[in-house]
Amino acid sequence: MAKMTMVQALNLALSQEMEKDDSVMVLGEDVGVDGGVFRVTDGLIDKYGDQRVIDTPLAEAGIVGMSIGMAVYGLRPVCEIQFSGFSYQNFHQIENHASRLRWRSQGRFHVPMVLRTPYSGGVRALEHHSESREAYYAHTPGIKMVIPSGPRNARALLISAIRDPDPVIFYESKALYRAFREEVPEEEETFPIGTSQIVREGTDLTMISYGTMMRPALEAASILQEKDGVETEVIDLLTISPLDDALFVQSVHKTGRAVVIHEAPGSFGPGAEIVSRIMEKAFFYLEAPIERVTGYDIIIPLFSRENSYIPSAQRIVRAAKKVLST
Amino acid sequence: MPKTKIDVPGEVHFLSILNEYGNLDKTLEPDIAEDVLLKLYHYLLLGRRFDERLISLQRQGRIGTFPPISGQEAAHLGAVATMRPSDWMVPSFRETAAELWRGRTLESVILYNNGYNEGVRIPESSNDLPVSVPVGSQILHAVGLGYAIKYRQKDDVVMTFFGDGATSEGDFHEGLNFAGVFQTPVIFVCQNNQWAISMPRSKQTRSKTLAQKALSYAVPGIQVDGNDILAVYAAAQEAVASARSGEGSTLIECVTYRMAVHTTADDPKRYRTDEEVAEWQKRDPLVRFQKYLKDKGLLTDDGIEATEAEITEKIQNAVDSAEEEMKSLGNPLDMFDHAYAELPPRLIEQREALARELEEIQKESNHG
Repeated sequence: MAKMTMVQALNLALSQEMEKDDSVMVLGEDVGVDGGVFRVTDGLIDKYGDQRVIDTPLAEAGIVGMSIGMAVYGLRPVCEIQFSGFSYQNFHQIENHASRLRWRSQGRFHVPMVLRTPYSGGVRALEHHSESREAYYAHTPGIKMVIPSGPRNARALLISAIRDPDPVIFYESKALYRAFREEVPEEEETFPIGTSQIVREGTDLTMISYGTMMRPALEAASILQEKDGVETEVIDLLTISPLDDALFVQSVHKTGRAVVIHEAPGSFGPGAEIVSRIMEKAFFYLEAPIERVTGYDIIIPLFSRENSYIPSAQRIVRAAKKVLST
Repeated sequence: MPKTKIDVPGEVHFLSILNEYGNLDKTLEPDIAEDVLLKLYHYLLLGRRFDERLISLQRQGRIGTFPPISGQEAAHLGAVATMRPSDWMVPSFRETAAELWRGRTLESVILYNNGYNEGVRIPESSNDLPVSVPVGSQILHAVGLGYAIKYRQKDDVVMTFFGDGATSEGDFHEGLNFAGVFQTPVIFVCQNNQWAISMPRSKQTRSKTLAQKALSYAVPGIQVDGNDILAVYAAAQEAVASARSGEGSTLIECVTYRMAVHTTADDPKRYRTDEEVAEWQKRDPLVRFQKYLKDKGLLTDDGIEATEAEITEKIQNAVDSAEEEMKSLGNPLDMFDHAYAELPPRLIEQREALARELEEIQKESNHG
């Protein structure tokens, strides 16, 4: 086992899948010679050549539309959109085609593609480089929306996404790309899409989050335990859509209290759906109203103010205390 | 340094072989086998008569809104007639005669136009994509297919269709650019039918031709008389051969005319004159090709009558069998089919909820 950053772990996943299956292709802006602006595809062009690691012209719809055609043919394209803030220029290809070709063709064709793209703030980036818009994709039928939270699950989920028969939007947290290292086994590891995970067990409160926000959520859970002896169960969704509600509903049955955390704007965000599922499936177990800790319903500010926008461990602790005080 | 002229490569030709009076330029006449010529005639006529029948079905409320093809049959049929069955066709939504040529059934068109997903299912024998409604967006899929074919070292080609309006879409330009960069075996066929709903071709772009737009991407562009099936065929044949031999893409602009409505929900009187339509009726691709075949001694008046009768019967049988088939379709629960390879838990819950609701409705109506 080697200790790896998320960037290295993602690179390992791509490299191993490309080695194993010659239908796996990587394409996007600067993914070849440059190895991607975050270096996730570093070195792949040397191993697999420029026919499989394709530096494309600068056109997001072109990249995604071309990936759809490749996938229909039977290849497994993994395209990179350099920043999710630019993915709206390809959104119509996802909404109109990637998500629908299986349905439209009555199962004759399907689109086994992965769209990898960095999301979220916290890295002092330019405008359009810090958004969290997973709700757009989670709201779109026919696709899957995955957001890993660390090197090991990123690697396992990316392999699962590449092998998935349906299109997967794979959000990678820029803030986590190099934030920490984890042991990542050399041998192949997958993780089922549509499955969440308990990462910290507890009995007093359930925290539900994913991606970048897993770190402040876990930090808040530690603070609550250290200062107040509160045992928090923390659930990492890993897949936003299809949403695994079984695990967090079960947890809320046990704790009766829940806080949902995401960086995306609160209104109509994934938290709204999560809370709604809890109301449907765990209402009579609830001891207190559920709290959401999210980004505000504004455009994420330029970086001098972004730390006041992005949910912090302190903000999560305050929300937890409110839930616990009822 | 002086200001110098850059010699930008590329020129655009216009090709016409069988003019609007049905006169043939023998020097350009493509070598098409007699049985293929007659088959082309059959499908031209089938496309026209089927269109007329669909309009009548729509007016009677027996199918929903659909986009007729009348006037454009030669522009798409002549192009696909140059393809092999293993090649890929990536249509937009006004290529019905070409789809029928490629193996789509009349029944499937009727089903689709009456709101049944089952109608877009492409036969296993054919490598064609289903119709694509958002204008121009399918062009990029053709490029991806072309890339994949090249990567797998096959010699199949891809032919994609779109209209004059699509040339204003970004996806058209991205598609041509990618095709140029990657030298993909893709034939771009633009059915320039002069109208994008109410927008005339002259307002869509100030470019003299649509074909010339390819030149910016180092892709050859040719303009053909799209109502001249021989010209369309000849241009497509050359483009297909070039793509198949690894020479990359071609854009073919077929100058044609949408003789009917944009869709059955459209009223062209709001934006164009009857005189204009009458002018284009004189250039009808069907009449012209019929004359050509008669001049060639391949078709007689009796033959024309026999083909008409055969087609009328074929269409009637298709309408009957589609209407019969529809009786067994329409289970609302089927709407959940093909959402994903495997239905996720939430969709199973929703499907079950709908099943319960349908049962309730059934019980209520039994008790009512």
